[in-house]
Amino acid sequence: MHEHIHKSIFIFLCIVLIISCQPKIPKDALKFTPETLEQRQIQTRYFDTSDEPKILSACAALLQDLGFNLDESETHLGVIVASKKRSAENAGQIVGAVFLAVLTGVYMPVDKNQLMRACVVTKPAGEEGKRIAVRVIFQRLVWNTQGQCTKRERLKDAKIYQDFFEKLSKSVFLEAQQI
Amino acid sequence: MKKIYKILTILSILCVFMFFIGCATTHDRLLETGTSQVQLRNIQTRAFDTTDKKKTLRTIIATLQDLGFVVDKADSILGSVSATKLDRYALRMTVTVRPRGETQLLVRANAQYRLTAVNDPEPYQQFFTSLEKAMFLAAHEVD
Repeated sequence: MHEHIHKSIFIFLCIVLIISCQPKIPKDALKFTPETLEQRQIQTRYFDTSDEPKILSACAALLQDLGFNLDESETHLGVIVASKKRSAENAGQIVGAVFLAVLTGVYMPVDKNQLMRACVVTKPAGEEGKRIAVRVIFQRLVWNTQGQCTKRERLKDAKIYQDFFEKLSKSVFLEAQQI
Repeated sequence: MKKIYKILTILSILCVFMFFIGCATTHDRLLETGTSQVQLRNIQTRAFDTTDKKKTLRTIIATLQDLGFVVDKADSILGSVSATKLDRYALRMTVTVRPRGETQLLVRANAQYRLTAVNDPEPYQQFFTSLEKAMFLAAHEVD
């Protein structure tokens, strides 16, 4: 009898524990870290002009070149937000899932769609605002075949940002030539 | 006798389940506040000694970017910025700026981590410490 009561108390405590366990915000989520400065440098380039709208419109044109659609823009604050939805299918992952299904009969969901977001922010910099700082950050959300979100991440690869800014220099030039 | 105890145990477990299932309305979360309104505002608000709203907003955006956020929305007239940070988790923040008297601006931030509102003072303290550094100004607590 005692065993029974103990068991039910244990189950009750387990339920309470599960319900009261709310996820806490990570400790360093809103703190500057040693990585902050490095990321800022990777994501920022300067242009020697004081014409902020011109740089912003070159950014918007480049995002269009890359197949993004604009979600939000606020020229007074130098903000452009854009996104695109693409397939996230990956041959390697599909082969792995098929292999597993053949071996064990268990169907493993694979990545299907992804939403890529880009946020460009311009800011007057330097003495008397004679330079414009352009900072871009990319994010990615991935969903699998069961509709679950499998990846939420900020893209940190320096190469992506380098390529983006190379294209942006070209875009600024094209805008100047009115092409 | 033993059987009765068994039935009683099952019944009590069932009661506990019914208790949790019984409070399953979720729409009342629309207007809920975790802590008292005054306390929450106190935690989420700081005053800065500046009147340049536009520059403050730009600094807030830069700080959010430093913290790894991507801006979702920005409005210079309303003085608001919303942004999302994705780092395996999703953290959403809205920061608003409004004047306070002739010499100060009030900056208020609120955050949502996954499916819950952030009501702890510590994350906000961290955010305002980060913002202070970017603003080159001290953040004053508001009574």
